Order: sequence, then C-alpha cells, then structure tokens
Amino acid sequence: MGLADTDRIFTNLYGQNDWRLAGARRRGDWDGTRELLARGRDTLVQEVKDSGLRGRGGAGFPTGLKWSFMPKESDGRPSYLVINADESEPGTCKDRDIIRNDPHKLVEGALLSGFAMGAHTAFIYIRGEFFREAERLEAAVEEAREAGLIGSDACGSGWDFDIVVHRGAGAYICGEETGLLESLEGKKGMPRIKPPFPANTGLYGCPTTINNVETIAVVPTVLRRGASWFAGFGRENNTGTKVFCISGHVNNPCNVEEEMGIPLRELIEKHAGGVRGGWDNLKAVIPGGSSVPLIPKDLCDTAIMDFDGLRDLKSGLGTAAVIVMDRSTDVVAAIARLSKFYMHESCGQCTPCREGTGWMWRVMERLVRGDAEVEEIDMLLAVSYEIEGHTICAHGDASAWPIQGLMRHFRDEVESRIVARKAGREAAA
Amino acid sequence: MSDSFALTPENKARADSHIARYPEGRQASAVLAVLDIAQRQNGGWLSPAAVEHVADMLDMAQIRIYEIISFYEMLHAEPVGEHMVRVCTTTPCMLRGSTDILDACKGELGVEVGGTTDDGKFTLTEFECLGACVNAPIVWIDDDYYEDLDPEKTVAILKAFRAGERPEPGSQIGRQGSEPVGEWTALTEFAAPGGAGEGA
Repeated sequence: MGLADTDRIFTNLYGQNDWRLAGARRRGDWDGTRELLARGRDTLVQEVKDSGLRGRGGAGFPTGLKWSFMPKESDGRPSYLVINADESEPGTCKDRDIIRNDPHKLVEGALLSGFAMGAHTAFIYIRGEFFREAERLEAAVEEAREAGLIGSDACGSGWDFDIVVHRGAGAYICGEETGLLESLEGKKGMPRIKPPFPANTGLYGCPTTINNVETIAVVPTVLRRGASWFAGFGRENNTGTKVFCISGHVNNPCNVEEEMGIPLRELIEKHAGGVRGGWDNLKAVIPGGSSVPLIPKDLCDTAIMDFDGLRDLKSGLGTAAVIVMDRSTDVVAAIARLSKFYMHESCGQCTPCREGTGWMWRVMERLVRGDAEVEEIDMLLAVSYEIEGHTICAHGDASAWPIQGLMRHFRDEVESRIVARKAGREAAA
Repeated sequence: MSDSFALTPENKARADSHIARYPEGRQASAVLAVLDIAQRQNGGWLSPAAVEHVADMLDMAQIRIYEIISFYEMLHAEPVGEHMVRVCTTTPCMLRGSTDILDACKGELGVEVGGTTDDGKFTLTEFECLGACVNAPIVWIDDDYYEDLDPEKTVAILKAFRAGERPEPGSQIGRQGSEPVGEWTALTEFAAPGGAGEGA
C-alpha cells in the first residue's frame, strides 16, 4: 500500500506550501515543544533509542546511542551539536529539500536534540553551493529566535539554546564529520584521526555530536508521535520512514518519503514513473549514493531498500540516493566518472587515497576505451583493496567500492571491451 | 590588479557579525564567511591585498588563508569572469545529458572549461555534484541553480545573462522542486494550504 500521507513527516517536501513559521505551525511544528523538553534529557534519548532511528547521513549509526556518548555532566567545557548539511554525496538531494521547504523541522529538531545531549549551541554546516537554501535557513532560525522558540529560555523551558548557520565553500570532504569540524574551526577540511572521538573531543576540543539534517529533522515528529509509531515502519533495526532521491534513467526523477524497506522496484515504479523504457530496460542501480557498490538488474528485482537488505547484496542504503541506469548506459564510464569525483575530492592527507584515487581513475579511463590488458583488472582491484581501510577517513573506502561493485557484476563487459579493442587492432593490422 | 583592499564599512559590519557568532578567540571559524564577503566585494576573486586584509582581521597567517583558498572550490586566487558558470558533470547529471550541456556552454561562450570569455563576462567551469540530482542536469550560475536543463534552454539562459538579464532560476520545465513531473504520487493531501493534512 505504501506510506499514507498522514504518516509522512516531511509534509512540505515539495515546497507546495508556506515554509515560514506560520506555515510550519499549521503543519504541527513547534506544537507543545516546551512539554517535550519538560520530559527531561534521559527520557528524550531513550525515546529516540526506542524508535530505532539510525543516522540518515549514510553510515546508519543508531542515533540515540550516539547521543548517549555525550557527557552527562559538564567538566567545564560546553557541549555542541553540529548538524551536517554539507550534502554532497552524488545522487543525494534530500537535505536541500528539508532546508528550503521544511526548515522549522530542522530548527525545532536542533533544539530538542541539543537539549537531549546537553548542548546549548548548534552549528549547522551547510554546503556553500546551497546559497539560497542557507538564506532560507537563516531566516527560519531568525523567525524562531524572534518568537522565543530558541534563544535564552527557549520555548519557556529554561534551556538556553542558539543556532549558528555556517556556510562551507565547496569541498565534499567537509561532509566527513571530523573534516567538517576542522572546516568549522577555520581550517582545511582534513579529517581527524579517531580516537579521540568527537563525543569526547570534537569542536574546539569540546564534546560534540554530529548528525545529519534528516536525522535531526525527524526528531520532533518521533517524539510527538512516539517511538512505537516510528518503529512501526520498516523492519527490525531498519525502522522508520526515509526520504529517497531517485535520479538517472527514470521517467520522473523525484524525491519521496517512503517506508523503510520498500522494495526498490516498487519505489521506482510507483514514484519515479518507472525505468525509462520499462523495468526490463534496467541495467543497474546505485542504491545509496555514489559511495555504495552498484547492483545489477537481477538483484534490483528483489532488492529491499533498507540498511540490512542492501548490505546483504554487498551494497548499502547509504544516503538512500537511488541512481538508476538503463541499458543504454556505458556503466564503465558511469563508474569512471565517480572515480574522477573521488580523485578530485580527496583531501590529499593520506597517501593511499591521494595517489590511489588518481591512479584508479587513470586505469578506469583506459578501461572505458578498452585500452588495457585483462590482467590490469585484477591489478586495479588489488590496488582498491590496498586503499580500502588504509586511510584516516572513509573517502578511501568510498573510492574503492564503486570499482569493486563494477567488477563484481560487470567484469565480463570490461573484459570484452579490452578483447574487442585488441581484435580491432589486429584486424586493422 | 588591485594593490590595496579594505572591506567597505557595510561589509566590515557583516564580517564582524559573522565573527561574533563564534566563541571568543575562535574568530578563525568565520574565515569562509569573511573570505566570501571579501571575494564578492573584490569582483569574484581574492587578491593578495584582500588576503592580507582578511588575515589581519582574523589574526591568521596569510599562508593559512592561501591554503584555504586552494582547498575550497568556491574561493579564487585569480581573477574570474563577472558570472561563474558551473556545470555539474558528476554521474547523476552525466546520465541526464550533462555532457551536452557542457558542450552547449562551450559553444555559446566560446571557451573551454576553466576559460574566461574575452569580454570578461563569463568563466566556465565543471563542478562536482551540486546536490540537486533529481532535477538534473544542472548549471549553477552565480548564486542560483538552473535545473532540468537541455542544451537549448542552457544557451537561452546564457544569452539572457549576456544581455544583462537574470533569468528565473530553478526548474526550467516548470517544476516547483523535487516532485515528479505530472501527477503527484505522494503528499496529495498536503498539496494546498489548509488541505486535509494541514494542521492535523
């Protein structure tokens, strides 16, 4: 049946109604926020734990558990909530919609989440390219401040809370949480070695939790409607609703909030008008943003869109950005373009990533033309495994996985291209 | 080449308001905001004088500022055209025809990627994923996204900019945002203010 409109959290996802405070209130935002705060920190954290909410930024770490790592008592240092709005994972464009069309869900979520983890300040790090979205977010923050919803004694709760909107300046790596903290401190966005973990030593050396925009923006509704309501959607360990972004070779690309665990085929056919040329014209799907391995059509037939369902297919839910490729796609070129992306966005800090991403891209470009030896495929894979797991942050892994996925499922196509080119060369000679 | 630079009083006030957002002694956190303000005032790039000014203002070494400029794609240490035309060519846009969009831009502007037109009006660049993938292909001009493009519409937009106009940004096929073209498959109950779900 699919998700009912009344069970959708982001009811202004398409910007069809007023994004301002008045419109947000009509949609139920900021309703009884003071009473929610009055339940107390521990209750809110427990409620979020019980809801099963897992981070919506890609890694899927349990949100309530993450919050519980924050200190219960301050040792003199302030605690910070940092919200990651550096949305840059190719295929992903959901946080942009939340920010421009439902910004008060994020602002209210920041207050409730910040309170739950003992933070008086939230920083929202928004990618610099989202200039108009940042303007709108700042306006929403200002509206909330003027209405006494945030600021000193937020909502009359006795809790002081403020929000700083911080624009980035164009660097994918700043979406990595510790790279983001470096950037927020006014440096190059080079990820930090962990430990220490941010919950202990984060922004300005203070306890910090970094959460994705969507994660924070669902919190008010989860608290208002209850953990069991949210947990009632999806499968165990994969609960709730989720905003999916469906791009590429579909008839009607779109964003849509659906129940976790919706079959991939249903998601595409119901909301995106189906694959261009019909389901049988499908070649492959990258189901969770560019960093996760693609899956070929036969796996797409039965794929379940949640963390465990896609992990079982050696892929991942990631950011739930579904990139659809029909049979006209040069899948080697599509992945080679991602290799170029990871090369371009490598911060250059770790040798395997800095040197390896460029090396892999150059080999991939030759594979696109078939200008290689078949043995080089194994060499490429071997290098990808040398990069994976050997860098400070997951950028190295993310550069390796798309190539590994390509070779897992389309090695024949890569090989036949090499063979065909050699044959053509011999025929010409 | 400008050999002196100072923020206008108005921009200085804006920069100070950004600095005030961060804790005492953490003024470096405002560096991206202040560089953006300075870059806009300086015609789209950061001259050595502008770098010196910002470094002094934030009590940072100039080399730190240069490192930041070279790290972040939106900051420029060399002069650029009046309008920055940035074509997204990452895979989701590529699948929807961004190669043709880029070719259309090259043809209309008469420059290659990285080039600036002779009249100084446009600089053309390729950009990595702009994060509006369900409205691909996308070109980002100055502060706005132009979405759901085809080569003809792209050329028309560039011609309008050349004529001194600023075409309406967003979807160029009439979409409000990320909803599907045609009939909505979700949020129909919320399609109009005061619809069934509003305030429920």
